[in-house]
Amino acid sequence: MEIKAEKNNEVTVAFVKGEIDHHNARIARERLDEIIATDTPICFGLDLSGVTFCDSSGLGLVMGRMRKCQTLGCNMVVKNPSDAATKILEIAGMDKILRIERGI
Amino acid sequence: MAERLINNMKFSFDGRSVNEGFARSTVALFAAQADPSIGVISDIKTVVSEAVTNAIVHGYAGRENRAECPIYISCKLTESGKIIIKIKDKGKGISDIKTAMQPLFTTDEGGERSGMGFTVMESFTDKIKVLSKPNKGTTVVMEKRLKLR
Ligand SMILES: Nc1ncnc2c1ncn2[C@@H]1O[C@H](COP(=O)(O)OP(=O)(O)OP(=O)(O)O)[C@@H](O)[C@H]1O
Ligand SMILES: [Mg+2]
Repeated sequence: MEIKAEKNNEVTVAFVKGEIDHHNARIARERLDEIIATDTPICFGLDLSGVTFCDSSGLGLVMGRMRKCQTLGCNMVVKNPSDAATKILEIAGMDKILRIERGI
Repeated sequence: MAERLINNMKFSFDGRSVNEGFARSTVALFAAQADPSIGVISDIKTVVSEAVTNAIVHGYAGRENRAECPIYISCKLTESGKIIIKIKDKGKGISDIKTAMQPLFTTDEGGERSGMGFTVMESFTDKIKVLSKPNKGTTVVMEKRLKLR
């Protein structure tokens, strides 16, 4: 699992690459929270295009970051979810709660 | 009538989170014998990951010595192209299985679990059965067709 972030003024995008399971989610959570805390963006993009595996621990990770952003008054957007990420987001009905952007 | 089996395998490992990837990849490799699609393989990886994670996180919650937290997996392939996966722990068990399987139900208080594990297992397989006894452990049995007849 690899996480990189790009900051552009008030917008930060974090790119998650690899497998999101319970084992990796803890490290991902710490890293993403650190990025959100340091950059304090107005808009936070979570790019899931490089996610090759995602189970319900990934759902928890995404929902947790969304709640975190909400309490900080920041908008979170899920960007370009891979097939693996899309399938599980849809089964959980999270595609209806989250803002998801593709191809931007 | 019980279906004729064409292959069978078993393995067990410590309930450590580092083994989640190992467990799902191993089952996926076994299932690959039946030449399923990439989508089916990906579903199998996901459901194994769900059940193994539940054993580690809930079944063996609060256990320090992970060498004493065994997880057992057995897989059978049937002649008609089904896989039957059994995942067992000897942890704290589930007192109300029906409630536990409801979407969004979780006993986790950290706020990092969505309560969707069983829902994912149900939607990614053809059949699921959960057997559990408080303080004895939990067994999840899942069936999935790998190939059309
Ligand atoms: N092997 C197990 N041993 C003991 N309790 C379990 C086990 N598996 C599941 N449970 C109980 O059932 C509940 C629901 O499980 P489920 O996988 O659906 O959600 P979760 O694990 O809480 O969250 P998520 O899977 O979305 O991260 C758990 O919160 C737990 O209380
Ligand atoms: Mg779970």
